[in-house]
Amino acid sequence: MASVWFWIVAVMIAAYAVLDGFDLGAGAIYLIAAKTNDERRRVLRAIGPVWDGNEVWLLTAGGTLYFAFPRIYASSFSGFYLPLMIVLWLLILRGIGIEFRAHIDNTVWQDFFDVVFSVSSILLAVFFGAALGNVIRGVPLDSTGYFFEPLWVSFKLEERIGILDWYTALTGVMALVTLAAHGSYYIGLKTDEDLGRRARGLALLCWPVQFFLTFMTLVSTYFVRPEIMDNYRQHKAGLLIPAVVVVCLGIMLWANPKGKEKLAFAASSLYITFMLVGAAFATYPVMLPARDHRYDLTIYNSAAGAHGLSVGLVWWIFAAVLAVGYFVFMYWMFRGKVQLEGGH
Amino acid sequence: MDSALLIHRIHFAFTATFHYLFPQLTMGLALLIVVLKTIGLRRNDPIYHQAARFWAKIFGINFVLGVVTGIPLEFQFGTNWSHFSRYAGGVIGQTLAMEGMFAFFLESALVGLFLFGEKRLSPKGHWWTAVAVFAGSWLSGYFIVATDAFMQHPVGYYTDADGNLQLASFWAFLLNRWAGWQYAHTMCGAVTTGAFVMTAVGAFYMLSGKFLEHARVFIKIGVITGCLFSVLQIVPTGDRQGKLVTDLQPVTLAAMEGLFQGQEGAPLVIVGQPNEEQGKIDNPIVVPKMLSMLTYRRWNANVRGLDAFPRQDWPGNIPLLYYSYHIMVGLGTFFIAIMALSGLLLWSGKLYSARWMMWILLLSAPFPYIANTAGWMTAELGRQPWVVYGLMRTADGYSKFVSAGNGMFTLLGFMGMYMVLGILGLFLVWREIEHGPDSDQLVELNAAEAV
Ligand code: HDD
Ligand code: HEM
Ligand code: HEM
Repeated sequence: MASVWFWIVAVMIAAYAVLDGFDLGAGAIYLIAAKTNDERRRVLRAIGPVWDGNEVWLLTAGGTLYFAFPRIYASSFSGFYLPLMIVLWLLILRGIGIEFRAHIDNTVWQDFFDVVFSVSSILLAVFFGAALGNVIRGVPLDSTGYFFEPLWVSFKLEERIGILDWYTALTGVMALVTLAAHGSYYIGLKTDEDLGRRARGLALLCWPVQFFLTFMTLVSTYFVRPEIMDNYRQHKAGLLIPAVVVVCLGIMLWANPKGKEKLAFAASSLYITFMLVGAAFATYPVMLPARDHRYDLTIYNSAAGAHGLSVGLVWWIFAAVLAVGYFVFMYWMFRGKVQLEGGH
Repeated sequence: MDSALLIHRIHFAFTATFHYLFPQLTMGLALLIVVLKTIGLRRNDPIYHQAARFWAKIFGINFVLGVVTGIPLEFQFGTNWSHFSRYAGGVIGQTLAMEGMFAFFLESALVGLFLFGEKRLSPKGHWWTAVAVFAGSWLSGYFIVATDAFMQHPVGYYTDADGNLQLASFWAFLLNRWAGWQYAHTMCGAVTTGAFVMTAVGAFYMLSGKFLEHARVFIKIGVITGCLFSVLQIVPTGDRQGKLVTDLQPVTLAAMEGLFQGQEGAPLVIVGQPNEEQGKIDNPIVVPKMLSMLTYRRWNANVRGLDAFPRQDWPGNIPLLYYSYHIMVGLGTFFIAIMALSGLLLWSGKLYSARWMMWILLLSAPFPYIANTAGWMTAELGRQPWVVYGLMRTADGYSKFVSAGNGMFTLLGFMGMYMVLGILGLFLVWREIEHGPDSDQLVELNAAEAV
């Protein structure tokens, strides 16, 4: 039962990364891709109706982690106290950036919220990447089952570590580039004319960097945590995951210049999903690895009681079906390219 | 008190209190908007449709603020209360996850359609989105109240081998009787806020001689719902909450009422200052025997005072708890008085021309916010010194590994950020009020154009 919940949480995090990922990415490229007021309004329209729903995946993934693995929720949220609080501030700023910009028709007001929106999106992407890097690298858990990490210590991987070191900084940048590309594919898909062209061009620019960083992160992950290969050695089928990642990268490179926007976006979504699934596959059954492996938090030592987990599965499946229903309906209502006038 | 503990308590209290300023209005307005739209559809009256549209805009601004301030709360169970979360997460994690899965997904998907989809949907279809938004927000209210109710009165759990709480009975937990009354009372409070705000805006237009037709609708709907819900606030819901506190948290009741010595035929203190040092109320004005009647339904019943309980089980801040409770109850009585008077004037057809009453209604708008905040402070301070009543003390529940300095850093950060949010929110709501309800044009919002 606990492993079912492990995969549920992993899939929810992947859903969050893919869905909120494109609106974060759209925010990251916003100031460069969209130059005029009309173009900016079109980017905001492309994400306006869906960003809040996308963000709910983060909340529900957190909530699901809370009830299925309370111990991991408690340790990781208090251990990552500072970066999480900063993430919260950024989420607040970003939310009002998106929603309040259009309330007043004044360039000073709008320029201000443009920058708020874009900068908070960029920083969020970096923070999420760094958080993932922390989880893969391992955190300084001890026999209490808790830890606390400062934001940084020396950027080296030493005895005392912080949230940011060279490795997590690398995963942070990697996440930013991946999401910027993802957002560019989305904007390329949802808009046309200059804006769409510029977004597709940006995606093309991101590609080699993304390729290079994917390679770099995989190699450095192996050096930071060689155990990461154990599961792959035991279950050879797992090697399909990196294979899919590489194929997706290939499709992205091929489809984008050909104008196959849907395909490029789908490949990018699949790329993100499989990068995350690959990471989950490598760490399973550990959910929060410790620097000292005696203190690893695994699905066995941190799952909630059996009754709670089985009752939870019943309503979870029911609610997830409903949620997917709303999403399909919502995306269907807002399908097609964004139009400025006459779209009402 | 340990300073890290104090910081974490203030941290949570501050962010929760600020968050609740927004949902209380959105949950109340969600109901009132459904009422407006229903009447509008039935009578095919454009004024009601415009009124609904106007309140949807106010709803939208408050909704955004509710969302962005709600997300930190969901995180703070882990960041600031990690020991409590590890201990109780196996149980209360259920309702928190359900709130997200059932309510937030529904709301986030449908609010966009509701606010901006009116032109694209049929009138019936749009009415349904309003109902869905209402259902979603009231559902989320239930799940979060059920979470709080477990902390007030834990049921449906067992303690596992590690000493943590786990779910034993899903239905016992979800249908906690504390949750039932607490939910009913909280929702009445939300409708009260919605009704007072709606009436106040109506009164404002009346007094300034603008948008008179809309003003009449706002005042009429506001006063009628206000009458109804401010009564329901006291009987049965407030009364039944009080009964639960009497039975299940008797020491809390004694502290709320400022009853230092237990006695038969206990009086109800209306005004007075609790004097903890000497164990009495200074300058008291009391109704003799009333407390015994309210709690046990008998004039001579024995009510236990604080002296019946060991000192370490007393709530930590008795004066604040006592004042919060008395402010809530005092305002509740005041609300009934105002609404009953306005109701009479409305019924006799004199309300709209009674300028003095318009002034009173206009100036009353902040009070439901104060009453709701005071109510939560009563509930949360009254629960002390426990974080889960009778099971875990607050002093054992906070994040022991997050130092006071780090907590202070983020507390100050939130205070600064929320001050800006508050100013922005007031400013934008004021602009909508100034624009007025009579335009058929939707204000341009980002998503508005996407529809
Ligand atoms: C407009 C708001 C409002 C008004 C006028 C009242 N209340 Fe209230 N009250 C609330 C809003 C509220 C609340 C915010 O909804 C609370 C906080 C937590 C809860 O369960 O509901 C609450 C809690 C609360 C509690 C629970 C305290 C605890 O859990 O320890 C009691 C006993 C009462 N109320 C009783 C009353 C009575 C007898 C009132 C009569 C005038 C009254 N309330 C008016
Ligand atoms: C229903 C959802 C709520 C839950 C689950 C909840 C939970 C909590 C928790 C975990 C704490 C910290 C532990 C403690 O100090 O005992 C707390 C404290 C507090 N909360 Fe709530 N809360 C809720 C709603 C609210 C609301 C809406 C308000 C205010 C309007 C509020 C006001 C407070 C206050 C004032 C404290 C500080 C009490 C103290 O530390 O002495 N709460 N609550
Ligand atoms: C400590 C407890 C609380 C937590 C953890 C919490 C969490 C949240 C979160 C995360 C959101 C944003 C949802 C989204 O993204 O769409 C939200 C909004 C909301 N909350 Fe809370 N909340 C708390 C207290 C309360 C209380 C006490 C109530 C009412 C009784 C309440 C009612 C609502 C409603 C109706 C919304 C919808 C947004 C709105 O209408 O403004 N919440 N809450």
